Amino acid sequence: MDIFGVPVQALMAQLMIGLVNGCFYAVLSLGLAVIFGMLHVINFTHGAMFMLGALLSWAGLYYFELNYWAMLFLAPLVVGVFGIVLERLFLKRIYKLDYLYGLLLTLGLTLIIEGAVRSVYGVSGKPYGPAPISGVTDLGFLMIPNYRLWVIVASLLVCAATWYTIERTRLGAYLRAATENPKLVEAFGINVPVLVSLTFGFGVALAAFAGVLAAPIMQVSALTGQTMIVIVFAVVVIGGMGSIAGTVITGIGLGLVEALTKVYYPEASSMVMFLVMVLVLLVRPNGLFGGVE
Amino acid sequence: MNTATQTAALAVRDLHAWYGESHVLQGVDFHVQHGEVVTLLGRNGAGRTTTLRALLGLTGRRSGSIRVFDEEVIGLSTHRIARLGVGYCPEERGIFASLSCEENLLLPPLFKGTEAGLSLDEVYRLFPNLEERKHSPGMALSGGEQQMLALARILRTGARLLLLDEISEGLAPVIVDTLGQAIQELRRRGYTILLVEQNFHFSAALSDRLLFMESGRIIDTLTPDQLDDNADEVARMLSV
Repeated sequence: MDIFGVPVQALMAQLMIGLVNGCFYAVLSLGLAVIFGMLHVINFTHGAMFMLGALLSWAGLYYFELNYWAMLFLAPLVVGVFGIVLERLFLKRIYKLDYLYGLLLTLGLTLIIEGAVRSVYGVSGKPYGPAPISGVTDLGFLMIPNYRLWVIVASLLVCAATWYTIERTRLGAYLRAATENPKLVEAFGINVPVLVSLTFGFGVALAAFAGVLAAPIMQVSALTGQTMIVIVFAVVVIGGMGSIAGTVITGIGLGLVEALTKVYYPEASSMVMFLVMVLVLLVRPNGLFGGVE
Repeated sequence: MNTATQTAALAVRDLHAWYGESHVLQGVDFHVQHGEVVTLLGRNGAGRTTTLRALLGLTGRRSGSIRVFDEEVIGLSTHRIARLGVGYCPEERGIFASLSCEENLLLPPLFKGTEAGLSLDEVYRLFPNLEERKHSPGMALSGGEQQMLALARILRTGARLLLLDEISEGLAPVIVDTLGQAIQELRRRGYTILLVEQNFHFSAALSDRLLFMESGRIIDTLTPDQLDDNADEVARMLSV
């Protein structure tokens, strides 16, 4: 059976890849949006943090024989702490300045991080080896590798947990309140600078988590994060900063749009994101789910 | 310095504060005893709101001395001053739009090491409207409801020194009455309250003392029963 001249099996396989990519976009843009909400910094290091997560998961296995599951926990922790150090040393000095300074500072940090990794490991990339979950599941219309199924489930779980923490817990209420009026939250006795550091640490830990998930299915190299960060910026612009659910839906949706384009008009597949971005900005300048501020 | 100021809930000496280059407070001196209700009066721009903000470290540079419950706070960060037991109700009310009424109410953390504040039930008894509206988002509340919420949410924390900025401003008389009754109730319970007010009659009925500010200084102190004898001077200081 064909759909517009493409066999269903091939279409489904592409959509599945799109769904997996969409999950990465969702987790990454979620962290970016959380960081922007609290720090008002457009975090250019996000792609580098994704790369560090992937690299750490490879390095953990290669140097210390720490398996995938250990690194799934450890890599985000290490990257989160690294992020907190960066925030305390550099970012906290630029909060009162224009957005542009945050962008320039994080771009500079990105170049340093990627340069350092490149000088040690080169640009060719490290193969992670076999995926930690093997086998294939037959969904009837599609055969899907179990590892990719796990990536989808794990990403959605992390997004849901983040949504729950921010929208339904006391800590989340502090975060939402501090996003609106940090000085007043501080006047209630809450240590807002610590909250800001933790938010940045958490945001980049999300990126590292996505990096560990991606390591077995992408090449791990110093430049892994570069293509990712550009797409994720587009996702955040298209989704708007309004809601967590909106960011996740946008990420997954764009992964699928990209996959469909690959099937029907491959030449445009790397451009379609930005076409969507232009269209959305023309119609809704605050993004699909953005508020009207 | 006499013994009265040494045991005061709040003792301010020679307080100067700046916003950037502008020198707003120019040597403010006053104290508030435990359980006392004191109002800062004065014209717009006299420095009343800045005084409250300076107490919590929300202005720019500050100098002088501020003792809260006998602890010097001039060098402390805002959240540590608050944790000594200070509740702040800002002029713009500061209701968080993205939080529900009850989330706003439950937001300020309870302080350790101070006396217990009001329970949620007691807060709702004081302001029944807030219980009816508890699931409404902050931005959907009326001005009066927002003001009640801004006051109510600092009563649970165990704060014993309340800094209330213009709580009667722009509200219907029936709501101003409710707030006045709430202040009376808090006073009976031994709270120490520093009000900044435009509404002279509202504050005269509630306060033990009225402090008059001009050009960033306290220029006079009166008790409510001295007001009639000094009506001309009061009118000049407030230019009403």
